[in-house]
Amino acid sequence: MPPLGAQKAVLFVLLGLPLGLLGWDVWGELAEPGSTLGPDPQEAMLHRLGTWGLRFLLLTLAVSPLARLLRRPELVRLRRQVGLWAFAYVLAHFTVYLTLLAGLDPTVLLGDVYKRPYITVGLGALLALVPLAVTSTRGWQRRLGRRWKALHRLIHPAAIAAWIHLLWLSKASYQDAIVYGLVLAALFGERIAFALRRRAAKAAR
Amino acid sequence: MLIKPASDIKPSEITPESVYRSRRRFMAESFAAAGTAAALPAGALPAAWLGQREVRPGQPIGEDLTPERDATRYNNFYEFGADKGDPAAHAHEMTVDPWTVNVTGAVAKPGRIDIGALLSGIDLEERIYRLRCVEAWSMVIPWIGFPVKKLLDKFEPAGDAKYVAFKTLHRPAEMRGQRSLASSIDWPYVEGLRLDEANHPLAIFAVGMYGKVLPNQNGAPLRLVVPWKYGFKSIKSIVEIRLTELRPPTTWNLSQPREYGFYSNVNPNVDHPRWSQATEKRLPAGIFASRIKTRMFNGYDEVAGLYAGMDLSRHF
Ligand code: HEM
Repeated sequence: MPPLGAQKAVLFVLLGLPLGLLGWDVWGELAEPGSTLGPDPQEAMLHRLGTWGLRFLLLTLAVSPLARLLRRPELVRLRRQVGLWAFAYVLAHFTVYLTLLAGLDPTVLLGDVYKRPYITVGLGALLALVPLAVTSTRGWQRRLGRRWKALHRLIHPAAIAAWIHLLWLSKASYQDAIVYGLVLAALFGERIAFALRRRAAKAAR
Repeated sequence: MLIKPASDIKPSEITPESVYRSRRRFMAESFAAAGTAAALPAGALPAAWLGQREVRPGQPIGEDLTPERDATRYNNFYEFGADKGDPAAHAHEMTVDPWTVNVTGAVAKPGRIDIGALLSGIDLEERIYRLRCVEAWSMVIPWIGFPVKKLLDKFEPAGDAKYVAFKTLHRPAEMRGQRSLASSIDWPYVEGLRLDEANHPLAIFAVGMYGKVLPNQNGAPLRLVVPWKYGFKSIKSIVEIRLTELRPPTTWNLSQPREYGFYSNVNPNVDHPRWSQATEKRLPAGIFASRIKTRMFNGYDEVAGLYAGMDLSRHF
């Protein structure tokens, strides 16, 4: 394996790529309207940022199962970056909503949170991720000790809420919701199986 | 004059080569060689089953037309997939020639009739209409068609006919959305109007747009256009028209009765659970585009009489 620093750099480029490509398209769109993002660029931006946010959230959850599956516990050292990228995409997704769709009008946001359940759960997912992003540093990890692990289990309800967000905004086709739902179920299933195995191993000792 | 002089056409309006190719299939041979659509003779509407037709030009409405490129590539036609680009990518798989329409139910002269015969003797005209989608976006489209009433009258509706039911083609082999296991829609797509709504002079059947025959993704060869209702009421690729005494079922109402009513008139005062209907985004929109106010009946106040005395927040 290449050194950790190189691994992290490669990961940075890979996970930042969708954001870079979107930035490129936004640039093109600003230079020549209609050229890169279609007739509804706001919707296109929302779609791409939301989709990658959800994918990277699931990828964050996949790191420890992958480490177990591949017997490479050191993979877990890459998890923080994946999680922070997921948060960055989701935050950008929310920022597009708040600035371009809601026009920075808090009454629009509150009205949507109150009236539209898919927005309510989406915001719930985002808010649950905020403390995780804030306490992702080594300093906070030390300060919180064992409570850090408990706090970071918040990613589970956040992922479920993000999936419900997608489910509730699906209209004619549940294809995406089904695919991401199966991935989420597999990730949770692996965790449960792992916990059971560990408990059995402890009991046998 | 239907076809604009080339100098008036913005680069963004010119039909891209790939889309043009997919259309060739149902263009008359003589036009297939024409190179670009803009080179077609003025007033012509080429389609094998339609023949050469003169078209009465439409009245401009003082609002910019949506570029043809956007109106033909940003579509909801779930028979071909759930993404806005899916219909343009996959609708060429649908065979539209030959095409028959079955007119049935409470009519004196029912019958299954070829699209060419159906349209014979019917004059075509252009209508420039706003199209308001329930997803809170809108376009302005120059349709080519004729009043619904003209076609219905050919079949002589019976005195007890109160509604008209429409059905879209159901052909999973050519419509990939109908093969999807993840679809929440029960095919075939069905829609309906009250007979007096259908007979209103603003309600048309369209066979073309932008001076050309209707592209498949926009509902070829025959679709409804009811400009004062949300777009999903304007059913595409129609194969059956049935006159009935009872209110017919409609697809979105069946799938989500609390979100989509039978009438589905454009109404800024009745919110959809997912989208506010008070405003809309006129497409194409820039990154910083702001929304415009949605008007009652999409601005077509002349239909208000159809709903006199009705509580439109209950009959949404
Ligand atoms: C963890 C947090 C979130 C994730 C992972 C997420 C993900 C997604 C995904 C995958 C889509 C569907 C994209 C598409 O298929 O078009 C979407 C759409 C959307 N999201 Fe989020 N989202 C999150 C939070 C939020 C928040 C906080 C808001 C606003 C308060 C929001 C507003 C929207 C809107 C307005 C849409 C478009 C709905 C439509 O097309 O009608 N999302 N989001």
